[in-house]
Parts: sequence; structure tokens; C-alpha cells
Amino acid sequence: MLDPKQQAQIEDLAWKIRYHVIEMTGVGKAGHIGGSCSAADMVAALYGWKLRHDPKMPRWTGRDRFVMSKGHAALAQYAALAEYGYFPLAELKQVKKLNGMLQGHPDLTRTPGIEANTGSLGQGLSIGVGMALGLRLDRLDSKVYVMLGDGELAEGQVWEAAMAATNFKLDNLVGLLDHNRIQATGEIAKRFTIAPIAEKWQAFGWQVLNIDGHDVPAICAALEQADQVSGRPTMIIAHTVKGKGIPFAENTAAYHNGILTEELFREAIASLEQNRRDQACNG
Amino acid sequence: MQWLNQRKAYGESLVKLGQKDSRIVVLEADLGKSTMSCFFQDAFPERYFEMGIAEANMIATAAGLSLTGKIPFAASFAVFATGRAYDQIRTSVCIPGLNVKICGSSAGLSDFGDGSTHQSIDDLALMRVLPNMTVLSPVDVVETEKMVEAMAAHNGPVYLRLCRNDLPVLTDPGASWQIGQITEVKPDGDIALLATGVMVSLGLEAAEELARDGIRLKVVNISTIKPLDANRLVDVLKGCRAFVTAEEHSVIGGLGGAVSEALSGRLSLPSALIGIADQFGTSAYDWQELLNHYGLTSEAIVAAVKNLDRESAR
Repeated sequence: MLDPKQQAQIEDLAWKIRYHVIEMTGVGKAGHIGGSCSAADMVAALYGWKLRHDPKMPRWTGRDRFVMSKGHAALAQYAALAEYGYFPLAELKQVKKLNGMLQGHPDLTRTPGIEANTGSLGQGLSIGVGMALGLRLDRLDSKVYVMLGDGELAEGQVWEAAMAATNFKLDNLVGLLDHNRIQATGEIAKRFTIAPIAEKWQAFGWQVLNIDGHDVPAICAALEQADQVSGRPTMIIAHTVKGKGIPFAENTAAYHNGILTEELFREAIASLEQNRRDQACNG
Repeated sequence: MQWLNQRKAYGESLVKLGQKDSRIVVLEADLGKSTMSCFFQDAFPERYFEMGIAEANMIATAAGLSLTGKIPFAASFAVFATGRAYDQIRTSVCIPGLNVKICGSSAGLSDFGDGSTHQSIDDLALMRVLPNMTVLSPVDVVETEKMVEAMAAHNGPVYLRLCRNDLPVLTDPGASWQIGQITEVKPDGDIALLATGVMVSLGLEAAEELARDGIRLKVVNISTIKPLDANRLVDVLKGCRAFVTAEEHSVIGGLGGAVSEALSGRLSLPSALIGIADQFGTSAYDWQELLNHYGLTSEAIVAAVKNLDRESAR
């Protein structure tokens, strides 16, 4: 179980992730603010608490794997990796630089700590299935965590992977669905129906957990519960707010891959700093 | 001459590999009885994964397996292995250069009865354009066996193109083989045939026919379509005044394209490209009928060479 100190550490990491996401986006450049900020608390809970990982040995055999299938949220993952020292924090400002270490979408050949190349949506869960099969063959008890977007669920391959995971009884595979309800062009429900989501995963044989994806103790409890299941994979459906923590970017498609003006950049930083002060008072 | 089946050689080679190396795993999409991966299933059931009829998921799963240190071989018909899973091969496998082996079985027109949906006229083009990919097209069972072994030893994505039907054995089992090798099957000649797959043996027939008219055809087996060694190619063409390429594939983007690209700016010779004109396949009662229909014959090679012979003699 999570103690208050651990919770505070995860929340602190989540705050830093959001801050870095805004810094990385900067002024006048596009960045996937919305989906990175909706995922931030889960990414923080994974790196800050759940994953067995060692920044000094990014390829350590015994590590747990985290695949960001919604690869456009790479900014959140880069922030967490930098905070853990996989590479210097200064690298974050060079995201998308020509031939740089931090690409627009995750690239395992360039970035320490990245486990798979994603970005063309729908492929991460399949990669996770392969990792889970390989780890099981080697009798390793490492787990594989895959974060998916809700818009991504329209990709047919996700459901091929969903069937495969059940077929192979992969209880070492855990999905986290960042259910922020908004895709690039607008509200998913108004554009292309993917509901009912939980029932679909249940019908495919997965253990399904519904949580508030910004409630750190709830995220951690779900990750623990996923460890208890035997013989089938778990999908954690995390209800989130797109752009969470950046008031003008919340619940809008405008900052799915948005450009910040100087004014909006300052506004985002100011509101994050206000959150920080509030966090300090509450803590 | 012995006629043997590449698919059988593939399945048997996988079993041999599996005995030597526990990292070898095999994935199938309900075609294991045809690709002959089923031999591996019988020998190593725990390392064999039936992925259902879902090629996209199969390839990305293979990517995941390779990331845990396994050496996955994923097979299907060439059309599905390359076309159905193209983006998975591109994004999950080739961008990071993962150690995934893809076998495209029943390639070209060799699945004669099933028609255009099942005949791969485009697999070489699709695989060849991908950075980091190695593309192999064996001439017979001996090369197939050596290639499967070389694929496992090579760290990176490899595509292997196999014929459904029996092919004459041209390769000496004792000879060594390595990726990138270009083999002069009949070394002497004034005009060269650069061929792959079944077109090599048809080229040897053509060479005999041409010899009667006093035309000496050099026959070259290009079984590594990528990487294509341009220096070696220039070397092989030394002393030749023209060349013909021949492949059981679209004339666009396959061996002919690869050779033309490799020679561009280096060596300018009169040439002709034999392949399937820009069109899809069709059903037929047998393979020979189809090869005739699309002009993939020794007669077509003879005609192309005679044409070049006249032109280049002027």
C-alpha cells in the first residue's frame, strides 16, 4: 500500500512532468500537451512507484517494461525518464532537435529507457504481448505495462492484441487506458463511437478496473490489483481530463498538438506554479 | 536435376535452428501447414505461437519478442506477411531495426490457383524500400537452408521470399553462402542475365538456346535483393555489353529496379527488365501456365537477349 510520503513523491513527479511538458513545448512550437498531461499522473505512478527499473542499467533483464502505445504522449515519458536520470534534464529542451536524442515519437534506439518505437497508433499492445510472451518463456516475473489512448481504440490491431493476450493468458500484461474522451479533431463520442469501452475489454476476457486517472492512490491500488489476477490480462480504464493541470488546455482538442503563444506559455507556467504552492499548503 | 521445395526446406531449417538456439521462436497466422512452420510446432510447441489470422498483431508481437532477446521467425503468405502488416514492419520492426525475421511464403505467382489476392507481385518492392531491411530471394532449397541460418546469425530485420512449388536445385550444398552474395551460375558471356528465384533456372535454359545461335549468356543469381553490392555488380558485368534482369515480381520496384538504381551513375549498359508488367495476378490451373501468361519464360529471356545483342552490336 501507498504511504502518504510515497503519494506526495508521485504527485510531485506528476507536477514536474507537466512542467517539463510545457517547457518542452515552449513558445511557437507544436507539442502534444493534452495527451501528455492527461497521462502524467499514471506515468508518475509507474516510474515513481510501480516499475522495477534502474536508470543506470536501462536494459536490465529483470526490469518491468513500459510501452507508450499512444506515442504522441512521449513528452510525459521523456520528462519522467529525465527526472530519473536516464539522461540529463537539459536534454528535454532539445526535444525534436534535428537528429536529437528525443524524437517527436518514442525511439528506443535513441532514448535510454524507451522500450518500443510507437507513434503509428495501435501497435503498442501487440508489442507488449510479444514482450509478455518472451518474459514468460524466460520465466521472469517482470511485468509489461502498455498505455493506450482512447482514440487509439479505433485501430483494429488493438483488438487483435486484446484477443492474443487472452488467448495466451498473459497475466503479466497490464494496459492503462488514458480515457480523456478527446481525439485530435474533437470529442470522440461526437465523432466516432468507441463506447462501450469497459464492456468490450470484459468481453475480450480482460480484468477491467475503472479509476480516476488523476487520483494517485487509486492508480496505485489498481496497479496492485492487477498483480492479483491470474491467467488473464488487466485493463485499467483511467478516466482523465485532456490537458489536465493546464486550465486553458483542459477538455479541449485545441491542445492535442497545440502551439503556445508567449502569453499562453506564461499562463501555463503560472498556473502550474500556483498548483505547486497549493500542493505545498495541502501537504 | 533434382526438384525440391523451399517451404519444406524452411520448416526443416527452423527445426535445426531451434535445436541449436533456444532464442528461436516461431509465429504463424493460420498458415503453418503451408509455410511448413508446423515442423517447428511439433518439435518445440512452447516456442511456437499460433497468432490467429491477424498478421498485423503477429508482426508487432514478433517485435516485442525480439525486445526480450528472442529471435522470432514470423511467416505467412508473402502478400499478407508484407502487405497486411506493412506499417507494423515499418514502425515496430524496421525503424528500431529489431531482430525480426519475416518469411513470405507462396510468393510471386506460385500460388497459381488462388489468384490476384494471393499472388505477391509487390513484396520485394515493399520490403526493399524499408531502411534497415535485408531482402532475400533464394534460388533453391540449398540457398533457403543457408539463408535461414544466415538470417538467425544476422542481427536485424530480414525478409525471406519463398516459392510454393518445387524448384530445380542449382546450388552446391558444400558451397558457402553469405548475405549479399551474388553468384555467377554460368560465368562466361557477353550479355548477362541478372535473375532471382525461378528465373535463374529459366535463364540457364535460355543460355543453352542462345548458345546455338552463337550468343553467350552469362547467368547470375541475385538472391540478396538488398543490400545489393554495387561494386560486385559492376565487377560481374565487366566484359558484358548488355544485361537483362528477370524476376517473378512486378517489373516496378523489384530486382530490375534495384539493379538499375545500383548501376545508375556508375555503369551505363543497354538493358531490358523482365518481370510482370504493371498488373495484378490471376488464377490458373498451374504455375507454368501463369509464368507463360506473364512472359516469365526462357523464350522471353532469349528474345530480350537477342534484341540487346542486335542493338549493342550496332
